[in-house]
Amino acid sequence: MTTPQTAMAPEVAAEVAHHRRELLRQMLRIRRFEERCVELYSAQRIRGFLHLYIGEEAVATGAMAALTTADAVVSTYREHGHALARGVDMAAVMAEMFGKATGCSRGRGGSMHLFDAATRFYGGNAIVGGGLPLAVGLALADRMRARPVVTACFFGDGAVAEGEFHECLNLAALWRLPVLFCCENNLYAMGTRIDRAQASTDLTARAASYGLTALDVDGMDVLAVEKTARAAVDAVRAGGGPVFLQLRTYRFRAHSMYDPDRYRDKAEIARWRQRDPIETFASRLREDGVLTDSGLADLDAAAVAEVDAAVAAAEAAPIEPVADLTRFLYTDHTPEARDA
Amino acid sequence: MPELTYREAMRAAIREAMRADDRVFLMGEDVGPYGGSFGVSLGLLEEFGPDRIRDTPLSESAFVGAGIGAAMNGMRPIVEIMTVNFSLLALDQILNNAATLRHMSGGQFSVPMVIRMTTGAGRQLAAQHSHSLEGWYAHIPGLRVLAPATVADARGMLAPALADPDPVIIFEHGGLYNVAGQLPEDPVRVDIATAAVRRAGRDVTVIAYGGTVGKALAAADTLAGSGIDAEVIDLRVLRPLDDVTIVGSVRRTHRAVVVDEGWRSGSLAAEVTARITEQAFYDLDAPVARVCSAEVPIPYARQLEEAALPQPAGIAAAVRDVVG
Repeated sequence: MTTPQTAMAPEVAAEVAHHRRELLRQMLRIRRFEERCVELYSAQRIRGFLHLYIGEEAVATGAMAALTTADAVVSTYREHGHALARGVDMAAVMAEMFGKATGCSRGRGGSMHLFDAATRFYGGNAIVGGGLPLAVGLALADRMRARPVVTACFFGDGAVAEGEFHECLNLAALWRLPVLFCCENNLYAMGTRIDRAQASTDLTARAASYGLTALDVDGMDVLAVEKTARAAVDAVRAGGGPVFLQLRTYRFRAHSMYDPDRYRDKAEIARWRQRDPIETFASRLREDGVLTDSGLADLDAAAVAEVDAAVAAAEAAPIEPVADLTRFLYTDHTPEARDA
Repeated sequence: MPELTYREAMRAAIREAMRADDRVFLMGEDVGPYGGSFGVSLGLLEEFGPDRIRDTPLSESAFVGAGIGAAMNGMRPIVEIMTVNFSLLALDQILNNAATLRHMSGGQFSVPMVIRMTTGAGRQLAAQHSHSLEGWYAHIPGLRVLAPATVADARGMLAPALADPDPVIIFEHGGLYNVAGQLPEDPVRVDIATAAVRRAGRDVTVIAYGGTVGKALAAADTLAGSGIDAEVIDLRVLRPLDDVTIVGSVRRTHRAVVVDEGWRSGSLAAEVTARITEQAFYDLDAPVARVCSAEVPIPYARQLEEAALPQPAGIAAAVRDVVG
């Protein structure tokens, strides 16, 4: 996949090298953010459910790199990586984990429900499959208004078992809507391995049966994800109808912090860890001569510093006043509406 | 003063909204060439075309959710669901997304959409087409729930519902579509906040909504012959409830009968009754009575269906009991 540097003009090579370091930087930000979240969860600074994306960073990083700021993103409850790669401010995400007023959902969503209008991040949906209809509708509005905008909709392999998956692929294909369906197949729907839940595990074939382009991607390879996502986004934006990507990946951690992970073979986890998307990509960049050891250390230190600053800001941030409990329920926040 | 049926009034309201605002479109099962399963959208496809009178597959969750997404992205969709029974296939989208997203996103995303659906029994359509689940939706914070019971409300409620920045559900009782009424030539302007006194009276307050308003008025006419002067309130808005009108009336009449085509247990009638006892307990001269549907799936056979539903005779009997 790696393009030989010698084939490029020096300024192009420099640009490519810069972009690849940027992809690595993005994955490191997500990894360090979530590792800190684990510590903060153990310290009970973060509560509720916490679903980690560790191991899957190449998917969000590669796919988001293919989108423009005008595009829209719909996500799931395993969404920290999506939000950070999309450009949602890390401090606002961390503050949301703390339930603070400066959180990106003002403390009403938490880890599973990050929202950010500025980056067109339409939130984490904790109902498996629940985000797909929203994505179809966002794309329908863009289609009706003839806006050249793509909606990227992330969901897991578990969602493929839900009725909404089938309703929405049919509807999007029928109306040729500009949706990029990004199925993150990490092989497990919570604790149930895909072959224990789905009669046919060929998700790409099942998606293709709805009359849309469906592609298989190595979700542990950020360059492969980006390359395929770019081609798909271009096709969708050009009016070719929706595209389905199956991004084959693996979560290194348990389903959530509550999960003792009894259903997976340790050897299986170890095998996938050898394909760690950050370590393999960093090695490749070093081999290609576009990243030095000190360059990697700098990227890592910058990610840690950003996380440190986000945590400090979240700790210091004000809480949302209880008097505002029902604020934002209705646009018209009158006493009558509150009493409804 | 032209005479319109409830169905024609709803259609006129949709036509007016679509002419006034090109963000408005109608989406649902068979709203196009078929004209809507209850004929509401007949003829609209010819005027507005298939982009804005948009037939959907039989996939309630997908097209209701698509309405939510389109609303969040600048459109003003009207989503038609054939019946409230079918809406259960989209309940996840209505509750977990439409009603929730504004609050859960800290006010960043609003869902300005209207969902219309048919409700209620009386046409021998049996259990899976006949239930009255307005109370379930009225339970949900984040929604506004309307129940037009008159031709004027069928004509007038859609415009303010579309102007509302939050999701609104309009329940159209299937027994009302052929009811005709006179309307003024001028645009009908109604609010979507208050209950209406449909018949003024001194002795008892009968509170009804949707398909039971006519039955309550029929009961009131019968009672008038026995010297009982019943006030009939049409709730019109099921969420938020207009406590002022309800409680104000009960304070004058000192007696209340709540009529509800939903099942009694955990019903909208239970909610109204609770509010009356919370706010006007010492004004009551008798316990609040309820006339609700029998707690069975609505059956097919005519005599069974009639027996399952609130009827004027049962309402009148309940009133006589509380008036004593």
